[in-house]
Amino acid sequence: MLHTIPLHYFLIVGTLMFFIGVAGFIIRRNLITILMSVELMLNAVNINFLAVNRYLYPHHLEGHFFTLFIVAIAAAEASIAIALIINIYRRFSTIDVDQVSDMKY
Amino acid sequence: MSLHEILFIVFSTVVLLFSLMTVLSRRILRSATYLLLVLVATAGIYLWLQYEFMAAVQVALYAGGIVVIIVFSILLTHHIHHRSKPFPPVRVITGLGVAGLGAALTIWAILQHDFHYHEAEPLEVNAKVIGQHLVNTGDGGYALPFEVISVLLLAVLVGAIVVAKKDKANEQTSENK
Repeated sequence: MLHTIPLHYFLIVGTLMFFIGVAGFIIRRNLITILMSVELMLNAVNINFLAVNRYLYPHHLEGHFFTLFIVAIAAAEASIAIALIINIYRRFSTIDVDQVSDMKY
Repeated sequence: MSLHEILFIVFSTVVLLFSLMTVLSRRILRSATYLLLVLVATAGIYLWLQYEFMAAVQVALYAGGIVVIIVFSILLTHHIHHRSKPFPPVRVITGLGVAGLGAALTIWAILQHDFHYHEAEPLEVNAKVIGQHLVNTGDGGYALPFEVISVLLLAVLVGAIVVAKKDKANEQTSENK
């Protein structure tokens, strides 16, 4: 059942998703959208980890636990980022990175 | 075409299409909604790979947690009808060029490589196995990263409070105004 789809397809989906995230990171100038692009990249990496784990090392769980830890770190990172973004908005009344250029307000 | 193949195609199409729309949509609340769809479809891919626990974690943590705080912060910082300005063409060309080049290189490398699938009896992944691995200090155990993550989460908790706390001096100046 599993080998009807080769591993390459998963890796290609992961790659495309990762680079869509990279493109978003470069194109967008809104902090929240940049954060969403980062989440896309993390998700692409998770797909890769799980697919490689399932196809190449089904008797181990390394990829599974890496994914678990990445998800935990992504949640932590998102909460810190949101706290920072709301704080920036409070001070500058904008979250456009082009307009937030002062480090010390 | 079997049902498995159709499911894989559906999930990956949803993932790719909506991640593209997340990045390119100019209405930020719609971006967040598309991101939610991407994350749920990713959970579908995890289910396809028979990692049910990870799929549950994905839905609960990403779709239930992260998307909610993202939407929450969007509503705090934007008007609902806010549309971002059109993207400058230079940045669009740079972004798509870098991403296209990187993707082409990576996909080329992937297609060159010949993977050898392991035919061993797959390990059953249930909550009991995962829990035993997480607190196991011996070979193949993840007790140390588990502890590191718990310290990290504590640091994040403290950090988020410190960052979000109102500055005393700042508060006084705003009161004087």
